[in-house]
Amino acid sequence: MFSQLKARFGSSLAVGILGMIAIWLLGMVILPQLLMVDYSFRPNLFPSEIGGPKDVYSLGNYETLFSNLIHLKIFLKTIWSSVLVTALTLLVSYPIAFYLAKVATPRQAAFCLLLLVIPFWINEILRTFAWYIILAYKGPLNAMLLGLGFIDRPIRFLSGDGGVLIGMVYAYILFMIFPIYNAIESLDSNQVKAARNLGAGWIRTHWRVIIPHAKPGIATGCIMTFMLAAGSYAVPSLLGSPGSRWFTQIIYNWFFEGGDWNQGAAYAFLLLIICIGFIALVMRIFKVGLGDIAK
Amino acid sequence: MKSETILRWSVRFYIGVFFLYLFTPLIIMGLATFNDSRFPTVSPWKGFTLKWFSALAEDDAMWHALWISVIVAVGVLVVAVPIGICCALFLSTFQGRGKTFLYSLMMSPLLTPGVIVGISTLIFWKGLSVSGGVMLTVIAQTTFIAAYVMLMVLARLQRFDRTLENAALSLGATQWQAFRRILLPYLKPAIISAAGIAFLQSFENYNTTLFVKGYDTTLTVYIASKVRTGLTPAVNALGLVMISITVILAIVYEVKRRREQSIHS
Repeated sequence: MFSQLKARFGSSLAVGILGMIAIWLLGMVILPQLLMVDYSFRPNLFPSEIGGPKDVYSLGNYETLFSNLIHLKIFLKTIWSSVLVTALTLLVSYPIAFYLAKVATPRQAAFCLLLLVIPFWINEILRTFAWYIILAYKGPLNAMLLGLGFIDRPIRFLSGDGGVLIGMVYAYILFMIFPIYNAIESLDSNQVKAARNLGAGWIRTHWRVIIPHAKPGIATGCIMTFMLAAGSYAVPSLLGSPGSRWFTQIIYNWFFEGGDWNQGAAYAFLLLIICIGFIALVMRIFKVGLGDIAK
Repeated sequence: MKSETILRWSVRFYIGVFFLYLFTPLIIMGLATFNDSRFPTVSPWKGFTLKWFSALAEDDAMWHALWISVIVAVGVLVVAVPIGICCALFLSTFQGRGKTFLYSLMMSPLLTPGVIVGISTLIFWKGLSVSGGVMLTVIAQTTFIAAYVMLMVLARLQRFDRTLENAALSLGATQWQAFRRILLPYLKPAIISAAGIAFLQSFENYNTTLFVKGYDTTLTVYIASKVRTGLTPAVNALGLVMISITVILAIVYEVKRRREQSIHS
């Protein structure tokens, strides 16, 4: 490892490079995560008791989740809603990605991509806040629906999970479109033409030619969207209500209101396990490796 | 052919609806800034006003939060960009066992939810008796922003022609000179873009920052707290200013990037 770096950069630069990487990987990535896991298996004690006889490893912090029905319900809802957000986002994104990659002329595609990139650059909080205004009880959406006569009285979009789902699809859609677009773009258009000439309909062409080719992109998009949705704090705190809390909000409360960091660490680790599990599941379903995803 | 035409038009319709969906929220948010109403909305329209911009300018807490955000973002830039460059250089040089593992490890902060990055940093530094604040925010954000920098620099590095380096070395340049005079200038555009992205990512970050900020509120955290308590169209004015700046930067960046691409291809 060192000899290869030394041959290219000389020893002092090689030491510097390895040192920087070591500081980052050990000090910021690996050790903090391990310590969080360690924390999650310990009880919440007064500082004087740490290291004393009560400071033993246990599964107590994990049992809390299963004995507290409200937390368990929110935990399961968070997983389920994140899957829903991912599926919905995929459904909306795929036609756009396909259009940009294969149907649009290069000029059209370049223009559309620029349009797509702009909201992507804007702060997630502001994008979510924009939906807060639209979905408000006396907001423009209700005003429009009332004006058109679709509804008799305003709908409370912001007291339930509906607002949160809409906000999340909006916030994370570009993390889905771009990987799929990149994957479809690398498909040789002649393959699509060949399938069409040989008599395959549009649905069959997509199912047998385009989607198999776009698999790594779809997998990446799904993983990113699920991870962002399950780990989102901004969207549910802005568009949700006390009745539609997200698991991240429970974690936050353990840290800053309950004052039980050990308990919070256990919940955080559970969230991480769910995300890792989802990544493993998607990789298995789509039969892709980690190397494909990172591209 | 008839069904083909229908398909074409329905695709166009879908694209139109999609872009409407993408931009309407931002436009409504911007318009609400100019509505003379205590609560940010566009319905009903109560008349045109610019008073929310002056209300914003007089908001000392906002200016303070902006200052904190800038300090944090500059800190992240200084720490994350060198780390990201080092990782990219390492990955493009090292061949052998464990490379895939190390690459996955370096990518893992991007696949970890932001709240968890914040929590693990908070717990780790508590053991060293450091509590939340600007420093921890810089460290926590660097954890994942360094990985973005790595990806961007690596993408350019993969197109680098190693023979240029070897030529310099065989003509008597030291390894440092070859790095300083050949590789670094080649990487410069990628490093500048990565620095820009790092700054923006830091500035916008909410989920990670929330856990490690201590009493130092960044601008993004400030906006979120304003939406929940004490919401006035001054928040829209702030949003509009931020959106305008990002849109201008985004267009400048994209145009520049495309021009470079067309030169190279």
